[in-house]
Amino acid sequence: MVNSNYIIEIKNISKSFSDKMVLDDVSLSVKRGEFMTILGPSGCGKTTLLRLLAGFNSASKGEISIDGEVMTNVPPHKRPVNTVFQRYALFPNYNVYDNIAFGLKLQKVDKKEIEQRVKRALKMVGMTDYEHRDVQSLSGGQQQRVAIARAIVNRPQVLLLDEPLAALDLKMRKDMQMELKEMHKSLGITFVYVTHDQEEALTLSDTIVVMNEGVIQQIGTPTDIYNEPCNAFVADFIGESNILNATMVRDRLVRFMDKEFECIDEGFGENTPVDVVIRPEDVYIIRNAEAAMFHGTVRSCIFKGVHYEMFVETPDGYEIQIQDYNCFEPGTEVGMMIKPADIHVMRKERTENHIEGTLVDATHVEILGETFECEAVEGIEAGESVDVAFDFSAVELTDDPDDGTSWGTIRFILYKGDRYHLTIRTDEDEDIFVDTHDVWEDLDEVGIKIAPSALRITKLTK
Amino acid sequence: MNKFVKFFSRRRSWSLPYVLFLAVFVVAPLVLIMIYAFQSEDGGFSFANFEKFVHQREAMNTFIYSIGIALITTLICILLGYPAAYILSKMRASTARVVVMLFILPMWINVLVRTLATVALFDFLTLPLGEGALIFGMVYNFLPFMIYPIYNVLQKMDHSLIEAAEDLGATPRQVFTKVVFPLSMPGVVSGVMMVFMPTISTFAIAELLTMNNIKLFGTTIQENINNGMWHYGAALSFIMLVIIGLTTLFGDSDEKNSANDGGLL
Repeated sequence: MVNSNYIIEIKNISKSFSDKMVLDDVSLSVKRGEFMTILGPSGCGKTTLLRLLAGFNSASKGEISIDGEVMTNVPPHKRPVNTVFQRYALFPNYNVYDNIAFGLKLQKVDKKEIEQRVKRALKMVGMTDYEHRDVQSLSGGQQQRVAIARAIVNRPQVLLLDEPLAALDLKMRKDMQMELKEMHKSLGITFVYVTHDQEEALTLSDTIVVMNEGVIQQIGTPTDIYNEPCNAFVADFIGESNILNATMVRDRLVRFMDKEFECIDEGFGENTPVDVVIRPEDVYIIRNAEAAMFHGTVRSCIFKGVHYEMFVETPDGYEIQIQDYNCFEPGTEVGMMIKPADIHVMRKERTENHIEGTLVDATHVEILGETFECEAVEGIEAGESVDVAFDFSAVELTDDPDDGTSWGTIRFILYKGDRYHLTIRTDEDEDIFVDTHDVWEDLDEVGIKIAPSALRITKLTK
Repeated sequence: MNKFVKFFSRRRSWSLPYVLFLAVFVVAPLVLIMIYAFQSEDGGFSFANFEKFVHQREAMNTFIYSIGIALITTLICILLGYPAAYILSKMRASTARVVVMLFILPMWINVLVRTLATVALFDFLTLPLGEGALIFGMVYNFLPFMIYPIYNVLQKMDHSLIEAAEDLGATPRQVFTKVVFPLSMPGVVSGVMMVFMPTISTFAIAELLTMNNIKLFGTTIQENINNGMWHYGAALSFIMLVIIGLTTLFGDSDEKNSANDGGLL
C-alpha cells in the first residue's frame, strides 16, 4: 500500500450514459476517517460518482480503489462500503429489527451478537425500542434513522450517503445534520456525503468537492471553498456573492466599477482581466457617502432574520448585494467600503469565445453546426479548419430559437453586478458564453445570432 | 315536470340503470341460487341437497378432482408464469410491452375457438386427449392471468430496494429470495385468484379436451341443471361460490391493503 493515508482513490474516472457524458475525467482521493462532501447542482454527476463507489454502475473509463484494492470489477455486495439512500429504501417486508439485521444475517454473524449490534445501532440513531415496528408506520425522519442504522451496523470502512436528508423538513434536517456529525466522530469511519445543499456541506464536511457538469471545480475545506472560491461557478454556488469583471492593475491593486481598490492578491501580472468576488457581508455600508470608497442608492431592503439584505445601485449602474444588521431604507444615499482582504481575485477562465469551425467560402464559416456569415477572409482556403473567436457581448440572443442562426439552452447564469454572463449549450453540445443586460431564465431555449463583423477567424495551426 | 328534471339531474340518479342491471342479473340469480339450494323437490326448506352431495360419492369425487386439477393448473401457471414475468420485468419497457401484448393477444379470440383449435392441434400431433390435454388447455388459457399481475408488481418494484440489498452484502440469489420474491407476493396472490377460481368451474375446456371422458365440477352443475335437477344444481353452485368466496377472503387477509398492487383485482 503506497498511500495508506487514503481510503478511496478515484483515478481519471469517466462515465457516460448512452451519449451523455456524466463524469469527465474525475480524480479524487479521500483520506481515512474524513467527512467528504460532494456538492453540486442536480445533474452535475455527484450521485453517479457515489453510485460508482457503491458499485451500482461501472465506470466507462478509469479506476477506483478502496482501501488499496482495485474495485473496478467487484460487485456491490463484496465492497467494504454501505449506502444510505435518499429515499431510505427500507425493506417493507421486514420490521425495523430485521431491516437492520439484514446485512449481519447475510454475514452469518452469531445471533446474540446480531442482537447486541442492532440494539447499539438503534441507540446510536436514537430509535431504541423501535425494533418491532413496521417500517412503513415510521415517519420520514425515523425511516432515515433506521436506514442509517442499517448501514452502520455492518461497520463499513466507508459510509456513502446519497442526499440522505433531502426529503426531510428543515427543522428535522438541522437536527439530523448535528447527529450525523456526532456519529461520524464516534464511529471514526469515512463518510462520503452527496448533497446539493451548500449550507449542509459547509456545516458537515472536513473536505468539500464542488462539482459541475461532470467536472470537479474545486476541492478544499469549507473555509477555503467559501473564502477562496477558485472560479465564478464555485463563488456563485457557495453562499451569496457579488461577482464582478475586473482588471488586475498590478500586484495588490485591482480595478473594478471604474475604481481602483487595494487587495492582497499577487501574481496575476499587470493589466490582466480577472473576476473579483465580494461576499455581501464583507461590504460595509455607511450613511456618509462622501467618506466612503464608493457610493450608491439603496434599491431594496429585505429583513432576513439575523440581517437585512440590501441591493445598492452605484451611479455607473452596478448592483451590489449587501448584508448588514442595520436597515437602510430604499432611496437612501449610502457609502460603501470593502477591506482589501475581503476582495477575492480569481483568474478568468476565459475572456472570449473560441470555437473550432470550417471555412465554407470567403464570407461564410461553419460553426456550431450552422453556417454563419463573416467578413471576407483572406489567405485561408475554403474547407480548412479555423479558430473562430468572438466577444461575449457580440452574441445576440432571440426569444424564438428558430430566429437565430443556431440555437441552444441556457445552462448557467452568473450575475456580474451590471450584466449577466450566460453559459449556453448549443444543440451541437458546444458551450458558448454570452454577456447580456437582458434577463433570461435557466433552461430557456434561445436563438443565437452573431454579427459578421464580430467573428475573428484565424487559421488553426495543428 | 320540475320534479322530473330535478330527479334526473342528481348524480345519484344516473347510477339507476346499473343498479337495476346488477339487481336483475347478479343479485336476483344469487338469491335464487340460495333459495333453490335450500329447497327440496316439493318446495319446503331442507338440507337434503347438501346431504345428497356429501353422501353421493360421484359429485363429491368430481368436486375433489376439480380442485386437484385447479391446484395443478395454478401451480404450473406459477412455475411457468413467474420466470416469464421476471424476465419481462428485466426487459426494456418498450420491448416488454410488445411481449406482454403477445401474451395477451390470444385472449382476444373466443375461448371455445381456442380450445377447439387445441383439440385440432392434439389431433394433428396424434396426441391422446384426456387428463394431460385438459391440464395443457387450462394452463394455456390461464397463463396470461398469472404472468400479468406478477409482471406488474415486479416492474413497479423500487429498484433502490434491490440496490440496498446488494449493498448490504446480498448475492444476486439472496437479493431474489430475501427481497424480490417476498415483495412480489401480492402479484402471485392476484395471479392465483385469477387462475384458481375460474379453473374450478370450467366445463367447456374439460368437455372438449377430454371428449367428455373427464368431468369437472362445472360439468356436473351443468348436467344437473340440464336434466331439470334445479335444486341440486343450485346447491352445487352454492358450494362452489362459498369455496371461491373463501379463497378471496384468504387472499385479502393475507396481503392486507397491498393486494391491489397486483393490478388486475
